[in-house]
Amino acid sequence: MHGRPRKPSKPEDAAASAAKAQKLRVLQSQFLHNHQNKIFTKEAVELSAKLLEINPESYTAWNYRKLAVEHYLTLSNSNPESHNSIFDEELRVAESALRQNFKSYGAWHHRKWVFSKGHSSINHELRLLDKFQKADSRNFHAWNHRRFVAALMNISEEDELKYTEDMICNNFSNYSAWHNRSVLLSNLLKKKANGFLLKVKVLPEYEFVHQALFTDPDDQSGWFYHRWLLDQTVKVDSPLLASSWPAHGSDVMLLGDSCPSSPFTNFHSDSGTFPLILYFNQAVEGVNSSTVLVNYELNTIKDLIWKPLSANKSQTAQVWVTQLNFNGVEPKAYSVEVSLGHSQGIISSSGFHYNHPSRFAFRVCVQLVEKGPAKGLGGDVILWRDENFHIYDAHSVESSSVISPDQLSIQNDHETTAFEWRTEAIAKEIDHFRELLSLINCKIGKLTLARLLMAHDTMTCQSPNKTFHLEEVLELYNDLMKLDPSHVQYYKDEHSLVLLQQVTSSKESLLRHCFHYRNLTSSHIGNPICVRLNNLLLSRVGSFDKLLWVQMLDLSHNELQSIEGLEAMQLLSCLNLSNNVLSSFTALEPLRSLKSLKVLNISHNEIGTHSIDTTRHLCSSPLSHSAGSEWNTGEIVNTDIDVKSYWEAYFILKDLNLTQLDIVGNAISGEKFKSLLIKVLPALKWLDGEQLH
Amino acid sequence: MTTSDLPPYPPIDPTTFDLIIIGTGLPASLISASSSAAGKSVLHLDPNPFYGSHFSSLSIPDLTSFLNSHSAPHSDENLTLTTRPLFSDVEISNFAPDLLDQHLRKFNLDLSGPRVLFCADKSIDLMLKSGASQYVEFKSVDASFVGDGDGRLWSVPDSRAAIFKDKTLGLMEKNQLMRFFKLVQGHLSENENNGTENGAKISAEDLESPFVEFLSKMKLPPKIKSYPLDLLLVKVAFLVSSCDIFHVNVDYFVLFSICRIVLYAIAMADYDQENTEIHKDLLKTKDGIDRLALYNASIGRFQNALGALIYPIYGQGELPQAFCRRAAVKGCLYGKNSALVTALMRVGVGPADASDFSAKGRGVEDSGSYKGVRLASGQDIFSQKLVLDPSFTVPWPLSSSPCEQMQDTFQVLSLSDDKVKVARGICITKRSLKPDLLNCLVVFPPKSLFPEQFTSIRVLQLSSNLAVCPSGMFVLYFSALCDEVNQGKKLLHAALDALLQLLVSGNSENSSTFQSEDTEHVEPTLLWSALYIQELTKGGQIGSVSSTPMPDGSLNFNDLLDATEKLFQNMYPNEEFFWETIEPENSEDDGGLMLET
Repeated sequence: MHGRPRKPSKPEDAAASAAKAQKLRVLQSQFLHNHQNKIFTKEAVELSAKLLEINPESYTAWNYRKLAVEHYLTLSNSNPESHNSIFDEELRVAESALRQNFKSYGAWHHRKWVFSKGHSSINHELRLLDKFQKADSRNFHAWNHRRFVAALMNISEEDELKYTEDMICNNFSNYSAWHNRSVLLSNLLKKKANGFLLKVKVLPEYEFVHQALFTDPDDQSGWFYHRWLLDQTVKVDSPLLASSWPAHGSDVMLLGDSCPSSPFTNFHSDSGTFPLILYFNQAVEGVNSSTVLVNYELNTIKDLIWKPLSANKSQTAQVWVTQLNFNGVEPKAYSVEVSLGHSQGIISSSGFHYNHPSRFAFRVCVQLVEKGPAKGLGGDVILWRDENFHIYDAHSVESSSVISPDQLSIQNDHETTAFEWRTEAIAKEIDHFRELLSLINCKIGKLTLARLLMAHDTMTCQSPNKTFHLEEVLELYNDLMKLDPSHVQYYKDEHSLVLLQQVTSSKESLLRHCFHYRNLTSSHIGNPICVRLNNLLLSRVGSFDKLLWVQMLDLSHNELQSIEGLEAMQLLSCLNLSNNVLSSFTALEPLRSLKSLKVLNISHNEIGTHSIDTTRHLCSSPLSHSAGSEWNTGEIVNTDIDVKSYWEAYFILKDLNLTQLDIVGNAISGEKFKSLLIKVLPALKWLDGEQLH
Repeated sequence: MTTSDLPPYPPIDPTTFDLIIIGTGLPASLISASSSAAGKSVLHLDPNPFYGSHFSSLSIPDLTSFLNSHSAPHSDENLTLTTRPLFSDVEISNFAPDLLDQHLRKFNLDLSGPRVLFCADKSIDLMLKSGASQYVEFKSVDASFVGDGDGRLWSVPDSRAAIFKDKTLGLMEKNQLMRFFKLVQGHLSENENNGTENGAKISAEDLESPFVEFLSKMKLPPKIKSYPLDLLLVKVAFLVSSCDIFHVNVDYFVLFSICRIVLYAIAMADYDQENTEIHKDLLKTKDGIDRLALYNASIGRFQNALGALIYPIYGQGELPQAFCRRAAVKGCLYGKNSALVTALMRVGVGPADASDFSAKGRGVEDSGSYKGVRLASGQDIFSQKLVLDPSFTVPWPLSSSPCEQMQDTFQVLSLSDDKVKVARGICITKRSLKPDLLNCLVVFPPKSLFPEQFTSIRVLQLSSNLAVCPSGMFVLYFSALCDEVNQGKKLLHAALDALLQLLVSGNSENSSTFQSEDTEHVEPTLLWSALYIQELTKGGQIGSVSSTPMPDGSLNFNDLLDATEKLFQNMYPNEEFFWETIEPENSEDDGGLMLET
């Protein structure tokens, strides 16, 4: 029961419970004797009922009764009348147990079990449920059972919705009722999945939940429901391609060093291979050479191996990557076209198909092979000092060819019309909550407004007259950090993500973070643009869909605890994570997917400081199944390094091909560890600024 | 009836008591139960064949005869105890004799309606404390409304759930109103805890200010009240400069503002709070907050109760009866029989009789003071103290010592104070005011029906599920405070007309065939009505004789209970008004009250 103060127990209560325990012990031992010897006499069965009446939580007793029922059923030789009386007796026992404790899992389950046998009339059940829900309208067991009964009796969703409405009108502080409402509406929407139904069903719900939110903004139950509604409104069922690399209309230079052009869209590779990255708006599965067609010169590349970039090695991921190999082809410009959605097969984790056929094209310039020593990155030590960076001046150098980052994303025109009523609904919500917040200071109201504004931005981002509320959202999160210190980390994370969205929202804002390393004159192909996102108080990184082209990234002097999602940046070759709060090597798991990474700075973090690795659950380990195949124990045994003490570091670093690593300023560093690093990273030339060998 | 028609009444034994009480109205019954519980020997007599006196619930014939007999003065020179008319201008009309005559006895009509109990009322606490609660069952009043002159009812957003459900309030109004309620709650819990948390306390200055001013200060939705037109013009002129003219136009004309709802339908103010000229009975913020607190504490006190208000099944008359039963359990002797109806009671004043009594009595000083009563049977019974029904007057000057002080007290005892009366009405209808509701309260705030209306009119509709009328019928109780008869009747008629309009229009909406048919065949919606004016007495005491108060004009019993407790304390300064008869834990356990849903 909710809202009842607990009364302190009195000495006589203690005596009573001791007596009860004594009685229970006797019953229990008798019962167990019956159970073990499979005694199903009338007396024995009655004894179990007595036991359950006192202690409805005795699950063994419920199971015993199930056995007893089976026993009597076989005896009664399919006489329907005796069947009914057997089951009715079970219902009676379960009911009296529930009277004792209406939150008894065993008793509710036993009732379900009886009904699943199909002999008992369920008509009485709703009346019983009414009684229990009157006693405690929030009892989730009763709500659970109600869903079961409603399904069994084929009660329409509409009728059940009416019931939840009545319950909410009695007391709107009822998570269970709101929850049931969301379940019922989801069922309705699932049955007839179309936008019209969503509009008709969801929009009035906003009106309804407003009554709760505005009457008492301090009550959370309505806010939870509002969040669910917002999700329903914003949610795009079918997966979409959000961005790709190479982007539509871009050039890829292979094996040459001329042609300076836009750093956002162009790429130089010496190896003759480059990654093709697909960035979806949600995690999908089924990306392969038959669902994604890559054509050049009118031929389809058949044997592409697509790899999902996900932390948990599942075959579902938001980012998919494959390697295109142009080694040994005739040096010229090729036009490559990628198309997907022409056939089914790409499916979102919630079961929706990618059904908007889309295509993009880019040019690959294969040039004559110039033999010579590899130059550029990796040869010299990279020093992440401010004086080594110069702001990238787009106007003076390559202004004409710079493509706005907007063009990096895939245009999905068909979505804009479908979003119209949704956008209107969100705009209305924004007005309502702005008004509410003008009167009162309400944490959850601010958070909701921030979410609404972000949803609005997302939905209008493809329309011509888009407006961005990012400033306002940042302001809201700043307020929340002060108002609600206990959830400051969450607000910081959200603030970071919004800030990155703001940085990547326009060419102008992004250019402010683009730098050249060393000096402008050395702006050759081996010296790409460095995106510097340092000193921004970031606790999380995001907006990777707009940063797929980045090869050099500075995230130093932030508050990063994790770099989740960074695995999407497949072109990354230099990464500075120094002066953050990364607390373990497992937090660096995304780096394992970055095959081009050469230069890594993780100095001045907290690696090794914490004895308990809080990020381990996000990350595979030698103990988890996913990593098992990669973990070759024999390989370690043969080396004389103390891998056991540093298995996390070993696990993350062993696949990397680093030439430069800075790790100073972490608890883990030391001579022993350094010797491990040198063994694990054979290509390493610079360690903590010192040249090796 | 005369005494000679009656069979001889068996003599009462013993003949000496601590206390004799005449009349079984609620105050008398409370004193009886409390005195008995305190160990006093009590003889409780009632001239009527039923319990409750002016607080009883009666069938149509009994009610009619009670009203009629109590609206004309009885004079019998044999009596030293005379009755006085406490009712006047009784108008009883039967519009459907054919239908009603079969059911006349199936009604339990309250003489002192409309009256309900708040779940957190003192009376409920007292019933739990005394054990009287075991004899009464209650049901919830489903909803309360504010009515207007056009026959529309507006629901009263009196609780969180009601604000949530309300369809007339805007979102921001809901927010403001709920915050106001929370402010009140915060203030109350601050008072309890003496904490310094959040400064939610209302300032002492505000507490002394008129409640209506406090409400406008709280900006309870911008539409504060209906300003008189000239005042409004001033307001408009003032606000034009602050660029707020649209606001004024829209908001200040709204009659049923939240403020008025709070004042009249939750704080239940009797008199016009907004008219600055009258200044009668202006509610202070402190008292207003207390009333809101009572309302607030009432909601949700009992799990089965839907709102703040409950009503006893079988009528108000159950309450005095329940206390009488408690008294009987504690040893009180009841003389309630038709043999006593003739009210042939005498104050025994003869000095000749005094000898045997004065030996015991402390309070008997001189000849001429009270020492006992003579019953219709002729038997003389003696007691130290006497408590009288308000309909009895004691022609005290027949005692030999009419000193000045006594005369003053006597005024209190016998006369209605400051000329205020209650206009009451009872109607029996065929239809509910709201088709989907059975029991509900309607308040017509001052000025809602006509400009000169300066008091609230309250209407309570009860249905057959409270066992007060046959099924398919409804009983409506009306009451309003008034200064004189015509004014009172005007108030009742205005409310009655407004509600009848609603009942008729409700009917035509319900069935389209209704209008086309010959209206003569249509049963009248209003079946029966009784309108009457009741005097107010507050009760009082001279020497060892006390008089109990009449039912007052308020909606609950709180003021009456306070008056009764005071009376009891004067009679027995060393006794507690109701010793707890049950263990305190049990009485706090609200399960002790029977509430049907």
